[in-house]
Parts: sequence; C-alpha cells; structure tokens
Amino acid sequence: MAEKLLKKGNEAIALAAIRYGADGYFGYPITPQSEVMETLMEEMPWETTGMVVLQAESETSSINMLYGGACCGKKVMTSSSSPGISLMCEGISYMAGAELPCLVVNVIRGGPGLGTIQPGQSDYFQAVKGGGHGDYKVIVLAPASVQEMYDFVGLSFDLAFKYRTPVMILSDGAIGQMMEKVELREPVRRLTDEEIAEKYGHWATVGKQPHRKGNIISSLSLEAWEMEAINLRLQEKYKKIKENEVRYETLLCEDAEYLLVAFGSSARICENTVELAREKGIKLGLLRPITLFPFPEKPIQDLLPQLKGVMSVELNAGQMVEDVKLAVNGKVPVEFYGRMGGSIFSPQEVFTAFSEKFNL
Amino acid sequence: MDVKDIINPENFVYGKSKVLTDTVMHYCPGCSHGVVHKLLAEVIEEMDIQDKTIGVSPVGCAVFAYKYIDIDWQQAAHGRAPALATATKRLYPDKYVVAYQGDGDLASIGTAEIIHACNRGENIVVIFINNAIYGMTGGQMAPTTLIDMKTATTPYGRSVELNGHPLKITELIAQLEGTCFVTRQAVHTPAGARRTKRAIRKAFENSAQKKGTSLIEVVSTCNSNWKMSPVQANEWMVENMFPFYPLGDLKDR
Amino acid sequence: MNMKEEIIIAGFGGQGVLSMGRILAYSGIMQDKEVTWMPSYGPEMRGGTANVTVIISDKRISSPILQCYDTAIVLNQQALDKFEPMVKEGGVLLYDPNGISRHPTRKDIKTYSINAVDLANEMEMSRVFNMVVLGAYLKVKPIIEKDNVLAGLKKSLPERYHHLIPLNQKAIEVGMQHVKEV
Repeated sequence: MAEKLLKKGNEAIALAAIRYGADGYFGYPITPQSEVMETLMEEMPWETTGMVVLQAESETSSINMLYGGACCGKKVMTSSSSPGISLMCEGISYMAGAELPCLVVNVIRGGPGLGTIQPGQSDYFQAVKGGGHGDYKVIVLAPASVQEMYDFVGLSFDLAFKYRTPVMILSDGAIGQMMEKVELREPVRRLTDEEIAEKYGHWATVGKQPHRKGNIISSLSLEAWEMEAINLRLQEKYKKIKENEVRYETLLCEDAEYLLVAFGSSARICENTVELAREKGIKLGLLRPITLFPFPEKPIQDLLPQLKGVMSVELNAGQMVEDVKLAVNGKVPVEFYGRMGGSIFSPQEVFTAFSEKFNL
Repeated sequence: MDVKDIINPENFVYGKSKVLTDTVMHYCPGCSHGVVHKLLAEVIEEMDIQDKTIGVSPVGCAVFAYKYIDIDWQQAAHGRAPALATATKRLYPDKYVVAYQGDGDLASIGTAEIIHACNRGENIVVIFINNAIYGMTGGQMAPTTLIDMKTATTPYGRSVELNGHPLKITELIAQLEGTCFVTRQAVHTPAGARRTKRAIRKAFENSAQKKGTSLIEVVSTCNSNWKMSPVQANEWMVENMFPFYPLGDLKDR
Repeated sequence: MNMKEEIIIAGFGGQGVLSMGRILAYSGIMQDKEVTWMPSYGPEMRGGTANVTVIISDKRISSPILQCYDTAIVLNQQALDKFEPMVKEGGVLLYDPNGISRHPTRKDIKTYSINAVDLANEMEMSRVFNMVVLGAYLKVKPIIEKDNVLAGLKKSLPERYHHLIPLNQKAIEVGMQHVKEV
C-alpha cells in the first residue's frame, strides 16, 4: 500500500514534483507558499532523481528560467503567491505565445497590492482571463485538497506537454497551509536527455542535429499575417482544450433545486453548507469546477432545467460568477456571495447568505 | 588564367562559416553585430560544437540572431536571457549556452538577471554588445550612453543631473566571484576582430571547464542612430567610447 | 455510528499548539481516519493567539474551516474568551487554569482542567507541556488508541528527535492521570 503522510498542501506540491519526474524547479520565496521550495531543498532531489532546484533572484527571473528550461523540452515548474504571479504574467504570456509547457502554482493570498498573507481567490480573473498581454489562455486547475495538490502536479505536466501550453494550479493559502492525509503515488521516472531528444527534439532546443534545421523558440513575428496565423493556431488549441479537458465534481446535484458553484477551498466549505441545507430539507447541490479554464459550462447548463437558482461562492468580489452567468445565460437567477482580503466564510455564513438571497 | 583555375583548395584563404545561414542580415551597413555574429559562428564551427550549442537571443537589434547563426535558439523576453541561459545550462550541463545581449537588454532592464547569473557563476558565455544606444527602438538613451551624447530621449545630450551616469556594468560584473573571464573588446579593425574571436573561444573553453561565467563586452558602433557614416562612427567610438570603456581583460582566471 | 471530532486548539505562539494538533492529526491517520489540520486561518483567526483546527473523521471531511467545535482546548485567557462560546452544546472545553482569571462559565458543556504548566515544570519537562495537554484530551476523548498515538508521534517528529519519544509518552500519561472535570 502506498505510504500515507500528513502534509501541508505546499509540501505535497514539492513531493509530487519529485515523484512526477520534474526536471527543474525555479522559484522565489513568498508567503504563503514558501514551503514548496523549502521542502524541495530539504529533500535534495538532485541527489536522487537529478532534478534541478534553484532559488532565483526574483519571480521575473524564475518564470524566465522556466522559459529556458521549457525550451529544452524539460518538465519545469515554479510556485508563487499573488504578487509574485503578477510579476510572472509577462513570462507566462511569452510561454503561451511560444507554445511552451510548464507548471505555475499560485497559492493565492488576498490582494490587491501587497495585500495580506491570508488566503483568497481574487486571482481568478488573472489566471483564467489572461493575466499577461495578448490573446492567450492557460489551463487552470483548482485543487480542493492536499491530495489534489499532489495529484494535479502530475496531471498538469501531462496536460502541459499534451498541448504545449503553460498550466496553472490555482490554489490558495488555506489549501497550501492546511495539512491532510496524502497518498504518494508510484514515482514516475525523469526522462533521459536521449528520450527528450527523441520525443521533443523536433521542436526543443537540445542542440541542432545535422539532419534538421535549427530549432528556434520565439513568440515574435513582425509580419501581421504570420502573427495572426499563430493566433489562429492558439485559438484552435484552446478550442480542443475546451472540448476535451473540462473537469468538475458534483455533490448532491441529482435532485438539486438550487446550486452552489465554488472551487478550491470555497468548495470545501460549501460541501458543509450543502449538508446544512439538506438537514433543513432544502435541495441544494454543489458543482465544483476543477478546471477553471476550460470552465465547466455544459455541466452547469445540463442542470438548469431542474434549478430555481444558482449562487457562486468565492473568496473575492465576484469573479467566477461572470463565467457562471455566461453559462446560465439568464435562464435562472444567479447570485453571488464572497468575502475578500483574506477573510473566509464559514459554512453557516454561506448558508445564511444563500437563504437570504433566495428568500428561503 | 581563368577564374576557375583560381577557385581551388590550394588557394583557399577565407570562407563563410558553415554555422552562418544564407539569410541576408538586417543589420545596418557598418554595424558591429554582423562581425560579432560571424566570429561566434566561426568559433562554434572550429570547436565543432554546433550540435551542442544553444543560443539565447535578446530583445534589441540582435533579436533575430537566430536567423543568422545556425544553431538551436531561444528568443528571450527583454533582459531575461541570463535567466533562460541559467536554466538551460543547469538542465544540460554538458551543452554550451551563449546569451547574446545589447546594452539596454543587459545593463538596464536585465541588470538583476545578469548580475545574479554571473554571481552564481553559471557556466555560460555572455556576449554583450555595447553601442551606448537603443538601436531597435530608434536611438533612445541607453544606460551606457556617454555624458553629452545626443539620443532620441536626450536630444540636448545626456546630463548627469537628469539621467545619471553611464553605467560601467562590465567593471561591476568583473567584481563578482562567479565570473572567471571578463573582457572588453572591439571589432572595428581586423586585429580587434581577431582578439574578440580569441576571447569568444576562451569563453566557450571556460564553459567546458566549468570555470564560471565568461562575459565579453564588445564596444560597438550604431552609425544609424549615432547619425554618422560607418567610418565616422568607428572614429567617434575610438575617440569617445574607448577612453570611458577601455579595451582589455578586466579579469581572467 | 460514524465518528467525527472537530477540535480547536488555541494558545500563545510557542506553546506547541500547532505541533500538538499535528501529532493528534498524524495519530488519526495511523488509526486510518480522515484528518485535516488548519492553522490560524478563517473566522477564528482574530484574537492574537496561535490556533489550529483539527478534524478527525471516519468519512471524507468537507469544510476544514468551522464556526463551532466538538472540543476546544484553550491555553490562555484570550483563547478561552474566544472559543468557550464556540463549543457545541454538550461539547468539551479543556483548559489549563494557569494564568486564567476569568474561568469558564457555560453549564451546557463539559469543562475539564489540566494543570499542564505546573505539572510539566514540576517534572522538569516544560518542553513537552503540550503533550501533557494532549494526554488530558485523549483521556477525555479516547478517540485514538495509545499505539496509534505513539505511531503518530514517531511520524511527526524528525528522526533526530526520536530519543525524546519516551519523554513525550510520559507527558501524555501524566496528562491522562491528572485531568479533572470541573
């Protein structure tokens, strides 16, 4: 049986990186995610798997180290929290443009500005709607448990290489700092340089081989028609991602008359709210988007005929609710409840807000 | 004698490096980039490391370096080439990694990246073209622009009061423990080009020996933005740039 | 009947509140329970104390953040003032009277005291003060078997501290012996 450990979400990310065969981690300390790099440094994976771990001089540098590493066809990742992710957005845009695979973990803290070190979900727009410049998307996964923090590292690398795109794990300080049972999966071996050359040698910068032209990785094209063609290719890719990669979880939706939509730590709290409502005889269900991009539009639409109302519950001023509204498209009332600046709601508080908004 | 009689191996004195592509360079006539590209290609060819060399091109005039030198290239965001090079070299310790940067890229927006890459002693080669101006964006002030020098953003000349002092970043870098070879060269004469080529070769050899970071500054001209003829620009460089940016090795160990 | 125990442990930073919670949670894993350990976050974060919510359950745990608790273990006045009202009716409040001037007043919950500071000092083992409290808790709520607590201790402590396990065990036993219903 696999070993079960009690770990913080942040520690799970680090352990998963090593066990899913990551080649490189480049990061910069910031609360509340510093345990990721601390754990990696303590584990010394360079002695075992050969994984490179480097503390960079800034988040700007970290993301550009990812750019370099990803150019090489290597599995590279970083983690940070909100202000650091803002600095990385330029690099993420470049990587999306240059079609490079990588994993960026955002353990969100409340903003704006330096904000607070307490958890939040106020970087939803940044993660899902772009963050950096240009028409691009990254796949966004929202873990709701320490086990998912671990598992999504492997999933992220798979998706990143399948679509040659940056993938973001959008977590928050609560999931990052919380300890839960985590089951370590069977380790995946790192690819050798030869295997990388064989698998990705047609695009990665691994040294120009005599039989091919030099590989050039760039997000630059000064010709408008060429740049438009690149954009069309990217949009085609995002369409495929929307078709194939939607992930979500439902709780008591079969007979639900009302629906909560919440992700990450909010969804955990809402699970309890659903229990409270059910105890009072209210048919409330929960839909938890696991992928925030691609957003589970259709699963929400499929539930609409039985629903009297939907409430989006978020640790922000109302961000995902816009996507919920797009999915619902005016067919039933959509309400929102949120807290900001690092404050968290309790299950009871969400239930009270829900009851008030729908006059129950 | 027919021309065909002359074209034979015994008479061969000079040829274009096989590591240079046939693409016509976009650089202005008289620009140093072309010469430095040629020297870099020759070193890669002579060391027979075309299949082991990964280049990182900057934002600036040399953004398209990847079109001219036939190796695998990464095109970096402005100033970040040393970060890309760091990861690449750490992930492929047996390959050669060369970052090619201009003065705005290396000494302004990318100051943190170059200082820290050099301070960590990354086993990479950095080629730093210093022509004291932003070329690609149309001749604005660079961190290395000399006092009183006119640029698009210092139309009355660079003033210390307004713009501060020209940055001798190479001197700064030479102080860092992580660097093993820091030199300042120029390619305005055949002798200068030969010395620069020797420096590039030494930098690659240092990289193989894992001695630390090697940086070659090439004091260069930008005749278009300096608004001079190539010949005038070379003369102006010798008279004005060299006294402030003196040529020679700053560090070699 | 499914077991689910929701606990808040609160005190001053440095009292070993977080590590006590961690050992308790690890012990739960050793008994094949679901657990969460959530430090000073959420609605209970105000009050200037270090606190941690530990949930031990037979079933999957939903919210790791709560508004009321089955058990509150409080180790200073602020924590007592804050968390006494948040204990569920019929729940447990465990406190150390050391330094407490306003004592618990609720009649609808069970209140226990453990003189952990005094006991630990008397035995010259003030470093394992928190284990005395843990022992008291486990006596009141014997949800984890002794062997699993020992296994949890081993898993929680880095190997370089394993020589301290007997001392920790002893402290747990002392706590078990001296806890009193108020």
